[in-house]
Amino acid sequence: MDIRTKRFIGAFLFITLIGCVPLFVKNGYHLGILTMVAINTILVIGLNLLMGYAGQVSLGHAAFYGIGAYSTAVFTSSQFGWHPFVAALAGIVISIIVAAIIGIPCLRLRGHYLALATLGFGWIMYIVMKNWEPLGGTSGIEKIPFLVVGNIVINDDQSRFYFTWAVAMIILWITWNIVHSRVGRALRALHTSESAASSLGVYITGYKLQVFLLSAVFASIAGSLYAHCINFVSPNTFNFVTSVQIVVMTVIGGMASVWGAPVGAGAITILVEVLREVGDKVKIMKDSDVIMHGLILVLAMIFMPSGVYCTIFDGIVRLFRRKKTGGAA
Amino acid sequence: MSTIDLLQNLLFGIAQGSIYALIAVGFTIIFSATEIVNLAQGEFIMLGAMFTFWFSAPPSIDGSVGGMGLPIYMAVILAVAATSIIGVIMGWVMMRPLKKANSTTMIIITIGASMIIQGVASHVWGKDAVKVQEFTKFNDGAMVIMNVPFLKPIDGVPPQLFLQQQQIWIIGIMLILVILLTLFFNLTMAGKAMRATAMNKVGAKLVGVNVSRTVMLAFGLSAAIGALGGAAIAPIYAQYDMGGLLGLKGFAAAIVGGLGNFPGSVIAGLILGMAEAVGANYASNYKDAISFVILLIVLIISPNGLPALLKRRRK
Repeated sequence: MDIRTKRFIGAFLFITLIGCVPLFVKNGYHLGILTMVAINTILVIGLNLLMGYAGQVSLGHAAFYGIGAYSTAVFTSSQFGWHPFVAALAGIVISIIVAAIIGIPCLRLRGHYLALATLGFGWIMYIVMKNWEPLGGTSGIEKIPFLVVGNIVINDDQSRFYFTWAVAMIILWITWNIVHSRVGRALRALHTSESAASSLGVYITGYKLQVFLLSAVFASIAGSLYAHCINFVSPNTFNFVTSVQIVVMTVIGGMASVWGAPVGAGAITILVEVLREVGDKVKIMKDSDVIMHGLILVLAMIFMPSGVYCTIFDGIVRLFRRKKTGGAA
Repeated sequence: MSTIDLLQNLLFGIAQGSIYALIAVGFTIIFSATEIVNLAQGEFIMLGAMFTFWFSAPPSIDGSVGGMGLPIYMAVILAVAATSIIGVIMGWVMMRPLKKANSTTMIIITIGASMIIQGVASHVWGKDAVKVQEFTKFNDGAMVIMNVPFLKPIDGVPPQLFLQQQQIWIIGIMLILVILLTLFFNLTMAGKAMRATAMNKVGAKLVGVNVSRTVMLAFGLSAAIGALGGAAIAPIYAQYDMGGLLGLKGFAAAIVGGLGNFPGSVIAGLILGMAEAVGANYASNYKDAISFVILLIVLIISPNGLPALLKRRRK
C-alpha cells in the first residue's frame, strides 16, 4: 500500500467516523459538546501550525476567536443585516489586519515577543468586549440568527454538528495541503534551524507572519461558527482562560501535527465537561479543571515537549517497527 | 483636571505602580538568570497576600476561612518565607526542562504553574476577597495629609494631598527593596554570581558559579520580593485571583522598561501605575487596558523597551 492510499483511507475513516456520530449520540447536549470539539479543532489547527512550525505561541488567540464571533453577532444583527458569510468575511478581514499590526513588528525579532504582544492584545480585546456599548457589554449579544446555506437553515443540533465538522474538515484538508507543499517544507526547515533555513533563502519573517495570519483567520472562522451555533456571545467566552485552553489543546494534540488538532481539541473539551459534572457532585473536585489544565501543561511540556498525542503515537509506531524488524532478523 | 487632582492621581498611581515595579523586578531577576519569562510572577504576589491573611487573620468562628491570629509583622515574615519556599520549588522543577527547551516551552510551563497555584489557592482560601488588617493604624488609620505649599491656596488654605497609611507602606517597601537589591547585586558574592550567570551561563560555570543554585536562588528571591509586595497590598485587596492581572501588568512594566533592565523596570512600573491612575479619570472602565495598550505600543515601536528607544534617539 503506498502512502497516498494510506492517507486516503485514514481520511475516509475519519469522515465516516464523524458522520456516524449523530446516529449514536441522540442527546442534544452531548451533540452540542461534540460540535464544540469541531470549533475547538479549527482553533487548535491554527495554533498548532504557529507553535509547531514557526516556534511561536499566541497567548491571545481568544481575541481573534472573539473578533470572529462578535463580527458575526454585530453584522448579522437587524441593524446591519448582512449575510452570515459576508459577516464572517468581515471578521476574517479585521483579524488579518489586527494580526498584521501585531505580527509584523514582533516576528522580526527572535524570541517570545509575539507571545507577549498577543497576551496584551488578548486582554485589551477582552476589556473592550466587556465595556464597549455596541458590543453589548458584559451581557453580550443575544439572538444571533441561524446560519443559512442555500435553502437549508442550520437550526437543529444535528445540522449544526454536520456543518461545523464539514468546515473543520475543509480546514484540516487545507492545512494538510499547506504542510505538504513547498511552503510546508520551508516551514519545517525553519523549525529545524532558523539560521540554516535563512541562509538557504527561506524568508523567515514572511513565513512566520503568514502562519500567524492564517492562525488568526482560522480562529476568526471558529468564532463565527461559535456565534451561529450558540446564538449568543458574551465577553467571558473570550478571556485569557480560553486562550490558555487553546494552548493546552494544542499541547495535547502535539505541535506540527495536523491530525493532533482534533485529538487535542476532543480530549480537552470532553475532559472539561466531565470535570464539570464530577465537580457538581463531588465537592472537593469543584473547579478542578484549572488545576488539571495547569498540571497537563507543566507535565506535558517537561516530559513530552513535542506534544502528548505525538509522543504516544510515535512510541506505538516505533514499538511495532521494532517488533517487525526483530522478527525479520 | 485641576493641578491638585492631577497630583493626587499621580500620587495614588505611584503607590499602585510600586506594586507593578516590584513584580517587574521579580520578572527581571528570573529573566536575567534563566531567560525564562515567568508568567507566574503575579501568583507570588497573591501567595504573599493570602499567606499574610492566613497567618494574621483571627481564627474562624463561623466556618468561614479563618487564620492563625499571629501579629501582623510575624505574619508578613512567615508569608515571605513560605512563598520563597514555593518559589525555590518552582525553580527546582524548572531546572530539568530549562536545559533543552526553547523559550516558548518555558513560557507555557510557567502558565501551567500559575494555574496550579491559583487553583490550589482557590481551594484553600476560598473564592471571596479576604480582609487583612493594616500594618499601622495611627489616628485610627486616618489618611495622611500633606500640604502643597507651592500651589495657589484655595480660600487661604494650601491645597492638600492624601495618602492611605498602607499606600505609604507600599511605596516605602518598594524603595527599600530597590536599594537592598542594588546593594545585593553589586556587593555580595551571590549577587555578582547572579549577574555573571545573566551575562553568560557557560562563562559563569567556567569560573565556578553553581548555575543551578543560582537559578533556584533567583526564583526564591523573586518569590520573596513578590510576597513582600503582596503582603503590602493585602490590606487594600486580597483575593485568590488577584495575581493574574497584577502579574501581567507588572510584566508589561518589565517589557516597557526593557526586559532584563533593573532600573528600567522600576521606573516603567511607576509610569504604568501613574498612567493608569490618570487614565482612569477619563475612562474608568478601560483602566485595566491602559497598561496593555502601552505594552503593545512599546512592543511595536521599540521591542527592547523605552530605554532602547531613548538611547536610539540620543544618537
